[in-house]
Amino acid sequence: MTMKTGITMAAEGEGYVAPGPASFDFSEVPLFELGGLAVTKPMVQLVLGAVIVFAFFYAAFRRASIVPGRLQFAGEAAYGMVRNSIGRDIIGSRDFAKFVPYLVALFFFLLINNAFASIPAIQFPTFSRASMAYALAGLSWVIYNGVGIHKHGLIGYLKLQSVPSGVSPVMYPLLVPLEFFSNILVRPATLALRLFANMFAGHLLLILFSTGGLFLIEYGGIGYVAGPLAWVLAIAISFLELLVQFLQAYVFTLLNAMYISGALADEH
Amino acid sequence: MDGNLNMIGYGLAAIGPGVGIGLIFAAYISGVARQPEAQGRLQSIAILGFALAEALAIIGIALAFVL
Repeated sequence: MTMKTGITMAAEGEGYVAPGPASFDFSEVPLFELGGLAVTKPMVQLVLGAVIVFAFFYAAFRRASIVPGRLQFAGEAAYGMVRNSIGRDIIGSRDFAKFVPYLVALFFFLLINNAFASIPAIQFPTFSRASMAYALAGLSWVIYNGVGIHKHGLIGYLKLQSVPSGVSPVMYPLLVPLEFFSNILVRPATLALRLFANMFAGHLLLILFSTGGLFLIEYGGIGYVAGPLAWVLAIAISFLELLVQFLQAYVFTLLNAMYISGALADEH
Repeated sequence: MDGNLNMIGYGLAAIGPGVGIGLIFAAYISGVARQPEAQGRLQSIAILGFALAEALAIIGIALAFVL
Protein backbone atom coordinates (compact mmCIF):
# COMPACT_ATOMS: atom_id res chain seq x y z
CA MET A 1 0.00 0.00 0.00
CA THR A 2 2.83 2.38 0.75
CA MET A 3 4.22 2.36 -2.75
CA LYS A 4 4.61 6.09 -2.93
CA THR A 5 6.07 6.82 0.47
CA GLY A 6 9.62 7.94 0.92
CA ILE A 7 10.90 4.48 1.82
CA THR A 8 10.69 3.03 -1.69
CA MET A 9 11.62 6.29 -3.35
CA ALA A 10 14.77 6.50 -1.25
CA ALA A 11 15.69 2.95 -2.24
CA GLU A 12 15.33 3.75 -5.95
CA GLY A 13 17.20 7.06 -6.08
CA GLU A 14 20.63 7.95 -4.73
CA GLY A 15 19.66 10.56 -2.11
CA TYR A 16 16.98 10.70 0.51
CA VAL A 17 13.63 11.83 -0.81
CA ALA A 18 11.74 13.61 1.93
CA PRO A 19 8.09 12.66 2.32
CA GLY A 20 5.63 15.26 1.07
CA PRO A 21 2.02 15.60 0.00
CA ALA A 22 2.69 12.81 -2.54
CA SER A 23 2.95 10.34 0.36
CA PHE A 24 -0.76 10.88 0.98
CA ASP A 25 -1.84 10.32 -2.60
CA PHE A 26 -3.43 6.91 -3.11
CA SER A 27 -4.95 7.66 -6.50
CA GLU A 28 -2.33 5.55 -8.29
CA VAL A 29 -2.87 2.52 -6.06
CA PRO A 30 -6.64 1.99 -5.76
CA LEU A 31 -7.75 -1.05 -3.80
CA PHE A 32 -10.54 -2.00 -6.22
CA GLU A 33 -12.94 -0.44 -8.69
CA LEU A 34 -16.61 0.03 -8.04
CA GLY A 35 -18.68 0.90 -11.10
CA GLY A 36 -15.78 2.67 -12.80
CA LEU A 37 -14.87 4.57 -9.63
CA ALA A 38 -11.49 3.78 -8.12
CA VAL A 39 -11.86 3.07 -4.41
CA THR A 40 -8.76 3.97 -2.39
CA LYS A 41 -7.64 3.19 1.13
CA PRO A 42 -8.93 6.40 2.81
CA MET A 43 -12.41 5.83 1.34
CA VAL A 44 -12.51 2.30 2.73
CA GLN A 45 -11.35 3.61 6.11
CA LEU A 46 -14.11 6.21 6.15
CA VAL A 47 -16.78 3.53 5.66
CA LEU A 48 -15.04 1.21 8.10
CA GLY A 49 -15.01 3.98 10.73
CA ALA A 50 -18.74 4.55 10.35
CA VAL A 51 -19.43 0.81 10.55
CA ILE A 52 -17.29 0.43 13.70
CA VAL A 53 -19.03 3.31 15.48
CA PHE A 54 -22.45 1.98 14.52
CA ALA A 55 -21.58 -1.58 15.51
CA PHE A 56 -20.15 -0.52 18.87
CA PHE A 57 -23.15 1.50 19.94
CA TYR A 58 -25.60 -1.00 18.47
CA ALA A 59 -23.95 -3.85 20.37
CA ALA A 60 -23.74 -1.80 23.55
CA PHE A 61 -27.41 -0.78 23.62
CA ARG A 62 -29.09 -3.65 21.77
CA ARG A 63 -30.18 -5.34 24.95
CA ALA A 64 -30.04 -2.42 27.34
CA SER A 65 -30.77 -3.46 30.89
CA ILE A 66 -31.10 -1.51 34.12
CA VAL A 67 -27.99 -3.17 35.53
CA PRO A 68 -25.55 -2.61 32.65
CA GLY A 69 -23.16 -5.28 31.46
CA ARG A 70 -19.56 -4.50 30.65
CA LEU A 71 -20.19 -3.47 27.05
CA GLN A 72 -23.22 -1.39 27.96
CA PHE A 73 -21.22 0.28 30.71
CA ALA A 74 -18.50 1.23 28.23
CA GLY A 75 -21.12 2.51 25.80
CA GLU A 76 -22.83 4.56 28.50
CA ALA A 77 -19.54 6.03 29.70
CA ALA A 78 -18.60 7.01 26.14
CA TYR A 79 -22.03 8.46 25.42
CA GLY A 80 -22.22 10.25 28.76
CA MET A 81 -18.80 11.85 28.32
CA VAL A 82 -19.81 13.59 25.09
CA ARG A 83 -23.36 14.27 26.29
CA ASN A 84 -22.28 15.97 29.52
CA SER A 85 -18.90 17.55 28.87
CA ILE A 86 -19.63 18.74 25.32
CA GLY A 87 -23.40 18.80 24.83
CA ARG A 88 -24.81 19.96 28.15
CA ASP A 89 -21.96 22.24 29.21
CA ILE A 90 -21.72 24.10 25.90
CA ILE A 91 -25.20 24.15 24.35
CA GLY A 92 -26.97 24.46 27.70
CA SER A 93 -29.47 22.17 29.40
CA ARG A 94 -32.47 23.63 27.56
CA ASP A 95 -31.65 22.77 23.96
CA PHE A 96 -28.86 20.22 24.01
CA ALA A 97 -30.83 16.97 23.92
CA LYS A 98 -31.62 16.91 20.21
CA PHE A 99 -28.00 17.55 19.22
CA VAL A 100 -26.48 14.81 21.38
CA PRO A 101 -26.85 12.01 18.78
CA TYR A 102 -25.05 14.15 16.18
CA LEU A 103 -22.27 15.13 18.58
CA VAL A 104 -21.72 11.58 19.87
CA ALA A 105 -21.67 10.12 16.37
CA LEU A 106 -19.35 12.87 15.17
CA PHE A 107 -16.93 12.52 18.07
CA PHE A 108 -16.54 8.76 17.81
CA PHE A 109 -16.44 8.80 14.03
CA LEU A 110 -13.57 11.30 14.21
CA LEU A 111 -11.86 9.44 17.04
CA ILE A 112 -11.81 6.11 15.21
CA ASN A 113 -10.76 7.70 11.93
CA ASN A 114 -7.91 9.56 13.66
CA ALA A 115 -6.95 6.44 15.59
CA PHE A 116 -6.49 4.62 12.27
CA ALA A 117 -3.21 6.54 12.10
CA SER A 118 -1.86 4.43 14.97
CA ILE A 119 -3.66 1.12 14.42
CA PRO A 120 -1.15 -1.39 12.98
CA ALA A 121 -1.77 -2.50 9.38
CA ILE A 122 -3.91 0.59 8.68
CA GLN A 123 -1.63 3.40 9.88
CA PHE A 124 -3.15 6.18 7.86
CA PRO A 125 -5.29 8.98 9.31
CA THR A 126 -8.36 9.28 7.11
CA PHE A 127 -8.65 13.02 7.63
CA SER A 128 -5.14 13.72 6.37
CA ARG A 129 -6.97 13.86 3.05
CA ALA A 130 -8.30 17.43 3.03
CA SER A 131 -11.44 16.61 1.02
CA MET A 132 -12.73 14.32 3.78
CA ALA A 133 -12.33 17.06 6.38
CA TYR A 134 -14.01 19.63 4.11
CA ALA A 135 -17.02 17.35 3.72
CA LEU A 136 -17.38 16.97 7.48
CA ALA A 137 -16.99 20.73 8.06
CA GLY A 138 -19.56 21.35 5.32
CA LEU A 139 -22.02 19.14 7.19
CA SER A 140 -21.42 21.09 10.38
CA TRP A 141 -21.81 24.40 8.49
CA VAL A 142 -25.21 23.29 7.17
CA ILE A 143 -26.28 22.17 10.64
CA TYR A 144 -25.37 25.26 12.63
CA ASN A 145 -26.64 27.68 10.02
CA GLY A 146 -29.80 25.62 9.54
CA VAL A 147 -30.46 25.56 13.26
CA GLY A 148 -29.92 29.32 13.53
CA ILE A 149 -32.12 30.18 10.54
CA HIS A 150 -34.80 27.82 11.83
CA LYS A 151 -34.85 29.62 15.17
CA HIS A 152 -34.32 33.29 14.24
CA GLY A 153 -35.37 33.47 10.59
CA LEU A 154 -32.86 34.35 7.88
CA ILE A 155 -32.64 38.08 8.62
CA GLY A 156 -32.62 37.62 12.38
CA TYR A 157 -29.93 34.97 12.13
CA LEU A 158 -27.67 37.07 9.89
CA LYS A 159 -28.13 39.95 12.32
CA LEU A 160 -27.26 37.71 15.26
CA GLN A 161 -24.11 36.42 13.59
CA SER A 162 -22.83 39.63 12.05
CA VAL A 163 -23.92 42.55 14.26
CA PRO A 164 -21.86 42.51 17.46
CA SER A 165 -23.64 43.66 20.59
CA GLY A 166 -22.41 46.47 22.82
CA VAL A 167 -20.66 48.34 20.00
CA SER A 168 -21.61 51.82 18.89
CA PRO A 169 -23.27 51.92 15.43
CA VAL A 170 -20.38 54.08 14.17
CA MET A 171 -18.23 50.96 14.08
CA TYR A 172 -20.75 48.85 12.18
CA PRO A 173 -19.38 49.47 8.64
CA LEU A 174 -16.06 48.08 9.85
CA LEU A 175 -17.28 45.27 12.09
CA VAL A 176 -20.30 43.86 10.30
CA PRO A 177 -18.42 42.59 7.20
CA LEU A 178 -15.64 41.32 9.45
CA GLU A 179 -18.02 39.42 11.73
CA PHE A 180 -19.94 38.02 8.76
CA PHE A 181 -16.69 36.92 7.15
CA SER A 182 -15.45 35.34 10.35
CA ASN A 183 -18.66 33.65 11.51
CA ILE A 184 -20.16 32.45 8.26
CA LEU A 185 -17.31 32.05 5.76
CA VAL A 186 -14.08 31.31 7.64
CA ARG A 187 -15.48 29.01 10.33
CA PRO A 188 -15.98 25.90 8.18
CA ALA A 189 -12.58 26.45 6.53
CA THR A 190 -10.67 26.65 9.80
CA LEU A 191 -12.70 23.76 11.20
CA ALA A 192 -11.70 21.54 8.29
CA LEU A 193 -8.13 22.80 8.03
CA ARG A 194 -7.47 22.33 11.75
CA LEU A 195 -8.38 18.66 11.59
CA PHE A 196 -6.66 18.11 8.25
CA ALA A 197 -3.44 19.96 9.10
CA ASN A 198 -3.01 18.22 12.45
CA MET A 199 -3.50 14.76 11.00
CA PHE A 200 -1.40 15.58 7.95
CA ALA A 201 1.50 17.09 9.89
CA GLY A 202 1.55 14.29 12.47
CA HIS A 203 1.60 11.56 9.86
CA LEU A 204 4.20 13.40 7.80
CA LEU A 205 6.42 13.66 10.86
CA LEU A 206 6.10 9.93 11.51
CA ILE A 207 6.98 9.08 7.89
CA LEU A 208 9.94 11.46 8.05
CA PHE A 209 11.40 10.00 11.23
CA SER A 210 10.88 6.34 10.32
CA THR A 211 12.09 6.48 6.70
CA GLY A 212 14.79 8.99 7.59
CA GLY A 213 16.05 6.68 10.34
CA LEU A 214 16.29 3.82 7.84
CA PHE A 215 18.16 6.00 5.37
CA LEU A 216 20.62 7.14 8.05
CA ILE A 217 21.39 3.55 9.10
CA GLU A 218 21.97 2.55 5.47
CA TYR A 219 24.18 5.62 5.08
CA GLY A 220 26.50 4.37 7.84
CA GLY A 221 29.03 6.40 9.85
CA ILE A 222 27.28 8.81 12.17
CA GLY A 223 24.03 7.39 10.83
CA TYR A 224 24.45 4.36 13.12
CA VAL A 225 23.89 6.75 16.04
CA ALA A 226 21.43 9.16 14.43
CA GLY A 227 19.26 6.51 12.77
CA PRO A 228 18.19 4.64 15.93
CA LEU A 229 17.76 8.02 17.64
CA ALA A 230 15.32 9.02 14.90
CA TRP A 231 13.40 5.79 15.50
CA VAL A 232 13.24 6.45 19.24
CA LEU A 233 11.85 9.90 18.43
CA ALA A 234 9.35 8.31 16.04
CA ILE A 235 8.07 6.17 18.92
CA ALA A 236 7.83 9.25 21.16
CA ILE A 237 5.95 11.12 18.43
CA SER A 238 3.56 8.18 18.07
CA PHE A 239 2.50 8.71 21.68
CA LEU A 240 2.15 12.45 21.10
CA GLU A 241 0.00 11.61 18.07
CA LEU A 242 -2.33 9.52 20.24
CA LEU A 243 -2.92 12.64 22.33
CA VAL A 244 -3.40 14.82 19.26
CA GLN A 245 -5.85 12.35 17.72
CA PHE A 246 -8.07 12.50 20.79
CA LEU A 247 -7.67 16.25 21.17
CA GLN A 248 -8.59 17.00 17.57
CA ALA A 249 -11.72 14.82 17.72
CA TYR A 250 -12.63 16.60 20.96
CA VAL A 251 -11.92 20.09 19.60
CA PHE A 252 -13.87 19.46 16.39
CA THR A 253 -16.91 18.28 18.33
CA LEU A 254 -16.56 21.04 20.92
CA LEU A 255 -16.44 23.73 18.25
CA ASN A 256 -19.47 22.19 16.55
CA ALA A 257 -21.35 22.43 19.84
CA MET A 258 -20.14 25.99 20.30
CA TYR A 259 -21.27 27.06 16.83
CA ILE A 260 -24.68 25.48 17.44
CA SER A 261 -24.99 27.24 20.78
CA GLY A 262 -23.95 30.53 19.15
CA ALA A 263 -26.61 30.06 16.48
CA LEU A 264 -29.23 29.31 19.14
CA ALA A 265 -28.29 32.21 21.40
CA ASP A 266 -31.02 34.72 22.17
CA GLU A 267 -30.49 38.20 20.86
CA HIS A 268 -28.94 40.45 23.40
CA MET B 1 20.82 21.83 0.08
CA ASP B 2 17.50 22.69 -1.45
CA GLY B 3 14.18 23.48 0.07
CA ASN B 4 11.40 25.95 0.08
CA LEU B 5 11.61 29.41 1.63
CA ASN B 6 7.91 29.05 2.49
CA MET B 7 8.81 26.62 5.22
CA ILE B 8 11.12 29.13 6.93
CA GLY B 9 8.32 31.64 6.68
CA TYR B 10 5.95 29.15 8.22
CA GLY B 11 8.40 28.51 11.05
CA LEU B 12 8.50 32.23 11.80
CA ALA B 13 4.73 32.51 11.52
CA ALA B 14 4.27 29.66 14.01
CA ILE B 15 6.05 31.61 16.76
CA GLY B 16 3.01 33.79 17.37
CA PRO B 17 0.44 31.02 17.84
CA GLY B 18 3.06 29.08 19.85
CA VAL B 19 3.43 31.91 22.35
CA GLY B 20 -0.34 32.40 22.36
CA ILE B 21 -1.10 28.74 23.10
CA GLY B 22 1.53 28.79 25.86
CA LEU B 23 -0.12 31.82 27.47
CA ILE B 24 -3.58 30.25 27.24
CA PHE B 25 -2.53 27.05 28.98
CA ALA B 26 -0.46 28.96 31.55
CA ALA B 27 -3.57 30.91 32.48
CA TYR B 28 -5.63 27.71 32.52
CA ILE B 29 -3.16 25.93 34.82
CA SER B 30 -2.93 28.82 37.27
CA GLY B 31 -6.72 29.15 37.20
CA VAL B 32 -7.16 25.49 38.08
CA ALA B 33 -4.45 25.75 40.76
CA ARG B 34 -6.30 28.63 42.41
CA GLN B 35 -9.74 27.13 42.06
CA PRO B 36 -9.71 23.39 41.29
CA GLU B 37 -13.50 23.11 41.31
CA ALA B 38 -13.70 25.45 38.29
CA GLN B 39 -11.75 23.01 36.11
CA GLY B 40 -14.78 21.88 34.13
CA ARG B 41 -15.72 25.39 33.07
CA LEU B 42 -12.15 26.53 32.50
CA GLN B 43 -11.32 23.50 30.38
CA SER B 44 -13.79 24.24 27.60
CA ILE B 45 -12.81 27.92 27.59
CA ALA B 46 -9.12 26.99 27.42
CA ILE B 47 -9.73 24.54 24.56
CA LEU B 48 -11.71 27.18 22.69
CA GLY B 49 -8.90 29.69 23.10
CA PHE B 50 -6.39 27.05 22.05
CA ALA B 51 -8.44 26.29 18.94
CA LEU B 52 -8.67 29.97 18.00
CA ALA B 53 -4.94 30.57 18.46
CA GLU B 54 -4.16 27.37 16.60
CA ALA B 55 -6.27 28.56 13.68
CA LEU B 56 -3.54 31.10 12.90
CA ALA B 57 -0.91 28.38 12.69
CA ILE B 58 -3.22 26.35 10.49
CA ILE B 59 -3.86 29.21 8.09
CA GLY B 60 -0.07 29.58 8.02
CA ILE B 61 0.61 25.94 7.12
CA ALA B 62 -2.11 26.02 4.47
CA LEU B 63 -0.57 29.11 2.89
CA ALA B 64 2.94 27.64 3.18
CA PHE B 65 1.87 24.74 0.97
CA VAL B 66 -0.34 26.77 -1.36
CA LEU B 67 1.78 29.83 -2.10
